[in-house]
Amino acid sequence: MSEAKFAGTRLTGAEILWATLEGEGVREVFGYPGGAILPAYDALRKFPIRHILVRHEQGAVHMADGYARASGKVGVAVATSGPGATNMVTGIATAMMDSIPLLCVTGQVSSKVLGTDAFQEIDITGITLPVTKHNYLVTRAEDIAPVIREALLVARSGRPGPVLVDITKDAQQGSATYDFAASAPEPYRPHPMLRAEEDSVLKAAELIRSAKRPVILAGHGMIQSGARKQVLALAERLQIPVASTLLGLGGFPASHPLSLGMMGMHGEAWVNQAIQQSDLLIACGMRFDDRVTGSLATYAIYAKKIHIEIDPAEINKNVKVDVALIGDLAEVLETLLPHLAPREGESAWMREVNAMKGECSVRDIQNLPDTGHLYAAHVMNDLWHATHGKAIVVTDVGQHQMWEAQYYKHEDPRTLITSGGLGTMGFALPAAIGAKVACPEKEVWVIAGDGGFQMTAAELSTIAQENLDINIAVVNNGYLGMVRQWQEFFYEKNYESSPILSPDYVKLADAHGIPGVAVRTRGEVLPAVKAARERKGPFLINFLVEKEDSVYPMIAAGSALHEMIRRPGHNPLIETAQDV
Amino acid sequence: MLHTFVALVEDKPGVLTRVASLFRRLNINIVSLTVGHSEKTGVSRMTIVSDASPTAGHRIMASLYKLENVLQVDDVGQAACVSRELALIKVAATPKTRSHIFELAEVFRARIVDLAPESLMIEITGVESKIEGLIQVLNESDDRILEISRTGRMVMRRGQHTSRVLDAMRVPSGESESEPIAEDDEAEITEEADLPQ
Repeated sequence: MSEAKFAGTRLTGAEILWATLEGEGVREVFGYPGGAILPAYDALRKFPIRHILVRHEQGAVHMADGYARASGKVGVAVATSGPGATNMVTGIATAMMDSIPLLCVTGQVSSKVLGTDAFQEIDITGITLPVTKHNYLVTRAEDIAPVIREALLVARSGRPGPVLVDITKDAQQGSATYDFAASAPEPYRPHPMLRAEEDSVLKAAELIRSAKRPVILAGHGMIQSGARKQVLALAERLQIPVASTLLGLGGFPASHPLSLGMMGMHGEAWVNQAIQQSDLLIACGMRFDDRVTGSLATYAIYAKKIHIEIDPAEINKNVKVDVALIGDLAEVLETLLPHLAPREGESAWMREVNAMKGECSVRDIQNLPDTGHLYAAHVMNDLWHATHGKAIVVTDVGQHQMWEAQYYKHEDPRTLITSGGLGTMGFALPAAIGAKVACPEKEVWVIAGDGGFQMTAAELSTIAQENLDINIAVVNNGYLGMVRQWQEFFYEKNYESSPILSPDYVKLADAHGIPGVAVRTRGEVLPAVKAARERKGPFLINFLVEKEDSVYPMIAAGSALHEMIRRPGHNPLIETAQDV
Repeated sequence: MLHTFVALVEDKPGVLTRVASLFRRLNINIVSLTVGHSEKTGVSRMTIVSDASPTAGHRIMASLYKLENVLQVDDVGQAACVSRELALIKVAATPKTRSHIFELAEVFRARIVDLAPESLMIEITGVESKIEGLIQVLNESDDRILEISRTGRMVMRRGQHTSRVLDAMRVPSGESESEPIAEDDEAEITEEADLPQ
């Protein structure tokens, strides 16, 4: 190992950067070289670190993000100063909103010319201040090892987040004595307001015991904390149904009888109804985002609320809660569970919820006669069947994202990778590259709309260069679909600037040496998916789906959670899919 | 309502920006902010007064703690503490019109720290209401105020001496808690009861 190999020797700052990363266990980085980071690139070949050359620095950050979401490890992205650094900002903000641990390393002009508007100089620590958990400017070689180690610790500790380290060119070129062990950061200082006090735990246990209609709200924190076992125990012990946020999908197994599915703006009707009728919400690692609550004034008015959350700043931010248990979800639940005795058999509440379920899911999508129309819901459903719900699915943002969340039933954590908080179009293709690099043995699917795919389609070339076995499904309806849907519902069908032209994606893939096929009918879906799965290496499917379909049900922004816009009756497509 | 926070922060470049940026991001106005050295090298003490909703205190404090450079935060809202502000006030005054300003300064326990042919400078320390009282009286007596420089509020909890910095940095201070100090001699009485408003 290099930390032993180089310990105590004199190295350049650039060498120290890679040696420290290697010592911290980093084996893959995503990046793009340029003037101010060239010393680092010059030293890279001496270290056993794989560098994936991206086509745009935004892609590098999304890749590191996908890598982190798929693996749970810190993703690392590298770029040069100036435009290289500013191109990273969208990716960093995406990771910040979804609490993803990232390390972004940027080159900076030499310390002697800092602040002089030198060529490709930009104040990236200033620019990224609100979108990073923390950031650093390093101007001396001897500071690189301790700062990188501290940055990685900050990124993955507490509520995770992206950290940026801006290293001047002279710091990379200078030299210092390298000592990995001596560069160890102080132990992470936990947020001083972290506390799940004994009386709060007892109060929570009492609320749970006395609740008649409880619902668990499982969020991203369940995945980040690795709390599947504890949440399962809580749900099963007291027969409590579990609703998931978008980023929580996969945390709780979708096929579990207590699993309700996704809540919120495009959640299934019964899930939102259950929340609205509930008398106790147990929020597990989620933050009551507006896409989840709808109108706050009417949100779960009959329910007491228990909020288990690692970030004290989230308590009472959107929804006033009755008990706050602040801390790591798995740890808090471990202290809570001993206070709860098991309850046998299906509760009356669960029967009620299941009855609502039956009322909403009218028919099974699988049994619909083939009308010659291809709906995106068909694609998601068939893909779910073909992959047995076990693939890592990386989605973009928009209608297809919601259809995926509704129709692809995720069984395992870290199998749905999607931009939730920021809603970054163009996320899917690069994030999938990161996921595949992190988990080469897993089947990885990109699902992107024709709008978002075109935002970062340049990364097809990265996939070709690295020959990554990624299957790409473009859900192509010729519109910016979600924009069109909002225009249909709220802007009198004024489809201003939402129709979008696409290139022939099969030809585009072919130009990159990637095989592909276009699918126009339901019958062609499964053969195409089979072809993609069988091929070792990338494959693209252009699904030409119904152009003006909408995602149902929908809660208009600012409406109450139970006021859903439902699919009009004459439409042949059903609203919800029931498992087959 | 006004919230007052005392934050102990690392004395490093950019820390003030991070704190200020937090308030900007929450769309909360900073009424006053004072920064200076604390009793420990490398640690600065900030007193931040901000105007926010009554329930915002918890969130501001929790968010401040999320900044890596912030070591400790205290929301001194209702706590018993000594609060002071320093102001320098330059007033237009000729030798003929000076004397009544001297009298005013006397009443407010302020000091004249500079005297020029056409102006004088008053130094006053106290709670905000006392300083505002002097400014109001000067205005009402038709003295022209040329310049005002105010430090903003700084506060310290009364009694119970433990070094908050050492506490924050997890260094056992080894000191026992001292007896609560008797009422801060003249301070509160003079400022809240005796003065003309």
